[in-house]
Amino acid sequence: MNVLDVDYMLGLVPVLLSYLPLTLEMAGAGMVLALILACLLAVVRVLAIPGLNALTLLFISFFRGTPLLVQLFLFYYGLPQLFSALTEINGITATILGLTLHFSAYMAESIRAAIVGVDRSQTEAALSIGMTNGQLMRRIVLPQATRIAVPTLMNYFIDMIKATSLAFTLGVTELMGATQKEAAGSFLYFEAFITVAVIYWGIVELLAWLQRRLEARFNEAYQR
Amino acid sequence: MIVVEGLIKHFQDSAVLSGIDLQIQQGEIIVVIGPSGTGKSTLLRCLNFLERPDAGRIRIGNLDVDAARPRKADILALRRATAFVFQNYALFANKTALENIIEGLIVVNRWPKAKAQARGREILERIGLADKADAYPASLSGGQQQRVGIGRAMAAQAEVILFDEPTSSLDPEWVEEVLGLMKQLAEERQTMLVVTHEMAFARDVADRVIFMEGGRIVEQGPPSELFSAPRDPRTRDFLRKVLANQAPLES
Ligand SMILES: Nc1ncnc2c1ncn2[C@@H]1O[C@H](COP(=O)(O)OP(=O)(O)OP(=O)(O)O)[C@@H](O)[C@H]1O
Ligand SMILES: [Mg+2]
Repeated sequence: MNVLDVDYMLGLVPVLLSYLPLTLEMAGAGMVLALILACLLAVVRVLAIPGLNALTLLFISFFRGTPLLVQLFLFYYGLPQLFSALTEINGITATILGLTLHFSAYMAESIRAAIVGVDRSQTEAALSIGMTNGQLMRRIVLPQATRIAVPTLMNYFIDMIKATSLAFTLGVTELMGATQKEAAGSFLYFEAFITVAVIYWGIVELLAWLQRRLEARFNEAYQR
Repeated sequence: MIVVEGLIKHFQDSAVLSGIDLQIQQGEIIVVIGPSGTGKSTLLRCLNFLERPDAGRIRIGNLDVDAARPRKADILALRRATAFVFQNYALFANKTALENIIEGLIVVNRWPKAKAQARGREILERIGLADKADAYPASLSGGQQQRVGIGRAMAAQAEVILFDEPTSSLDPEWVEEVLGLMKQLAEERQTMLVVTHEMAFARDVADRVIFMEGGRIVEQGPPSELFSAPRDPRTRDFLRKVLANQAPLES
């Protein structure tokens, strides 16, 4: 067995890190869009809006029931075939679209569960003092639902960061794509992939640490 | 004055309220008693529109609501004219005791924060929890939570406070402090409609006791009459059963 080429790995770190912003941009954009979409889907589910509710269930079922990679290929290779205007859809856009739809399906369910998880009697109490539905959502239900949902949503964000690596199959040179190219040039596959693994791992650990701090802050308010 | 006429409520096919007529004078303290499943909670919840009545009319002050065809504004107005105290307190878990009390003043009545807080502290004083202003419900005892629940209702300055079994979820040790606070409110002539199984409270505090069964008001009168000489056999039957489980009422 050859010894690990540590110098190569150290030299690779800054090269790979220069692709980190693209990875984080895709995950960040995907997360923001997925959150917005998930909130809308969750509201439809909670209010059981007729018609829309069935569509939402279908949407959630499809995007949870099929692999993300299949969805990405569908958007990147499939959509342009249907809509000629989309021939120019680039890999980054297709990735963000895929991440958004895929993860919003999961997140919608955890947001719905969090909203439903807020004790129903508090809703009645808010109504009983004359609050409107909007007011009681904003001031009573959503703050508590957020606290319930944050840990799960953070987990989805972490999953999403790792899932951006699939963008490389759409020809996007992000963290994973860059590593692949470097490795193919140097033939030092093990060094290259262990380096990128450590980089992903580091980001995830950083986020997990943030998540723990966030949770501690949220819970503080309920026990004094 | 509050006037309820012909209030009817069905759940699925079963009638839970079969035409309730009720008048409440300003400052009157009314206790509602009756067997389980008789519609006592439903009556209170209909007055507050937490439950939507099928028919009837509710008049409070200038407000006159056709319960079958309420406008949205009517419902909000009715809720502002009535305050509710829940069996399980139903405090806002994300708000402190003070915030629970003034939430309605800020959000519904749109008072400036400083004014609402000043009022909130007055109320905390009156419910004996001045030192708990910044405590969250989770850290309060059952009795303290229910006193905050009553404080929240007091802040609403409603025409009437509706109490639905306010002491039924409490450990016995906290019951007296909550009943004490309710007595204090009664002495200040706060109009109250109270569903409770606390017969001693009914005897000592109520101006009128209403006995309900099967979605109807069977009998009503001053506690001295209703407890000592109930006319309807159903009332007699109920009182015999309830009083067998409680300390005797004769004082
Ligand atoms: N949301 C609901 N859906 C269907 N049925 C209901 C609902 N709420 C109450 N009921 C039924 O209506 C009847 C009256 O209930 P209600 O809670 O008003 O009685 P209650 O007099 O308050 O009884 P308790 O002393 O047990 O609190 C009961 O038979 C109950 O099962
Ligand atoms: Mg009841």
